[in-house]
Amino acid sequence: MTPVVAEVSGADERLRASGLLDRLVPRPEVGALLGALVVFAFFSVVTERFLSPAGVATWLDDASTLGVVAVAVALLMIGGEFDLSAGVMTASTALVTAVLSTRLGWNVWWALLASLLFALAVGALNGWLVVRTGLPSFIVTLGTFLALQGLNLGVTRLVTGTVQVSGMRAAPGYESAGFVFASTFSLGGTRFPVSIVWWLVATAVASVVLLRTRFGNWVFAVGGSAAVSRAVGVPVRRTKVVLFTATAGAAWLVGSINILRFTSVQANQGIGLEFQFIIAAVIGGCLLTGGFGSAVGAAVGALIFGMARQGIVYANWNSDWFQLFLGVMLLAAVLVNNALRRRAERVRR
Amino acid sequence: MTPLIEVRGVGKTYGSVIALRGVSAVVNAGEVTCVLGDNGAGKSTLIKVLAGVHRHDEGELLVDGRPVRFSSPRDALDRGVATVHQDLAVVPLMSVWRNFFLGSEPRRGPFLDRGKAREVTRRALADMGIDLRDVEQPVGTLSGGERQCVAIARAVHFGARVLILDEPTAALGVKQAGLVLRHVARARDRGLGVVLITHNPHHAYPVGDRFLLLKRGRALGCHDKSEIGVEELTRQMAGGAELAELAHELRGVDP
Ligand SMILES: Nc1ncnc2c1ncn2[C@@H]1O[C@H](COP(=O)(O)OP(=O)(O)OP(=O)(O)O)[C@@H](O)[C@H]1O
Ligand SMILES: [Mg+2]
Repeated sequence: MTPVVAEVSGADERLRASGLLDRLVPRPEVGALLGALVVFAFFSVVTERFLSPAGVATWLDDASTLGVVAVAVALLMIGGEFDLSAGVMTASTALVTAVLSTRLGWNVWWALLASLLFALAVGALNGWLVVRTGLPSFIVTLGTFLALQGLNLGVTRLVTGTVQVSGMRAAPGYESAGFVFASTFSLGGTRFPVSIVWWLVATAVASVVLLRTRFGNWVFAVGGSAAVSRAVGVPVRRTKVVLFTATAGAAWLVGSINILRFTSVQANQGIGLEFQFIIAAVIGGCLLTGGFGSAVGAAVGALIFGMARQGIVYANWNSDWFQLFLGVMLLAAVLVNNALRRRAERVRR
Repeated sequence: MTPLIEVRGVGKTYGSVIALRGVSAVVNAGEVTCVLGDNGAGKSTLIKVLAGVHRHDEGELLVDGRPVRFSSPRDALDRGVATVHQDLAVVPLMSVWRNFFLGSEPRRGPFLDRGKAREVTRRALADMGIDLRDVEQPVGTLSGGERQCVAIARAVHFGARVLILDEPTAALGVKQAGLVLRHVARARDRGLGVVLITHNPHHAYPVGDRFLLLKRGRALGCHDKSEIGVEELTRQMAGGAELAELAHELRGVDP
């Protein structure tokens, strides 16, 4: 008789001792972190100003206003949807705030509240249309995108006779609102814009919600498979509507930061930003097909964006190179994501 | 005793496809109702009506003797009806424990109780005879049978009054199929009503109390165990004479 080998309890014998790399690879944001390190190192070497405190503040600032919305867009994409209206929404909300406080004399805080409600309503409408009709969100939000763009220009021209609204500084409540959304704070003698704080807060909140709450579980589920989610009792429609609304809310935050910082807004602002949000989220590891991704990744994606955009300026290169960089970065990210996903999923059929 | 669930002449059409018509059946507490039939007979459609995934177009669905229309699967779950669907079982990209608790997540304060979730998942799966390496791995990385067991373990865990299983043993090995049947029997003994769909009369017969035979969307008959033997069941499932003919043919080609 062969003696029976006693099984060692605890660890499973089929589980190969996994190295650090193995454990890290399935995490969606790893690729973006590596990319950020490379971009950071590259511009630190190539240009002087990149690492100077003022330089750091500049690219962090650039990344922050992109990152706030990119993080929300990442959650939306994990939930399986797109929002093409998020870019113009930053301008729409800024315009609403500006028109109400400069033309109608509203207190800035009330104007901000009104534009927030406007944003949430449009976001909820986006979500409602998508879950109601079952149409791809790409088409539905393309419609909202065009509609908002038209409204921005049309209403601004009607109200002001030009295509911009300015004069925020004189509006009542500007000081306190400006402090919250557009002030700067000092760190080691350098002044950093407060938008960086908003960016970090948005990332932290989104990440906690995604990974640690029931709602976050639902976000992964509705993006992974809406039909399965529904069958096990997840409120699929509500989850998606909330995601669209949150995205619009993030766009409002950036719109508010912009209008209070620059005190004026162009009616054609924000166009094209929607793709930057999506690109940042994809660089950060979000799958275009939903169900996989991370909020931290999207924040890092925005950081890469900011570093590259400002780095190219510091290096005195033509900004055309930024588009090339972006294209290469996006393709690389999609390829890496695909490989990671296959590793994480390895679905057998 | 009023049945937990009863359907009276239910029908369901998908556009122009009549998937189910005039089917009646009961699910009693402490009994196993088996649904048998060919591919495309309408078995999954019937249980999707019972589970709230689809709404029936005709007939009545009664829960505890009262007619209802489930507005969603959540509605059915809230009444203690848990289902393992053939095609809607798990989200492949999510981890095992996230799938297990999907829709019924345990919470501590506003946050997920991840420690508890992992522990319960591991234990529930061990009960199914599945000793998982790691409940953090995406469900997509599991074998087909392991995935099926995750879905079954979940339904057994959350099914308070009625447990519906759509071909639970189709992808399973002999040992796991046995364990699933044992869980079915155990749920029945705890007083749950069980609906079991299977193609295998040798799985159905030992645990079943009642057998509903479907063919092309209609009920061929509903038999109590006392009325029908396993041979007769097999014969009816396979279409009687056709089977005898097939057996004859196959014997012919065998050298
Ligand atoms: N969503 C749908 N849309 C259109 N037709 C459908 C749909 N679902 C099922 N059907 C049709 O309804 C009929 C019954 O399907 P159903 O899935 O209930 O069969 P089944 O008995 O579960 O078969 P199997 O044993 O293969 O699982 C089939 O003809 C099928 O093509
Ligand atoms: Mg079926």
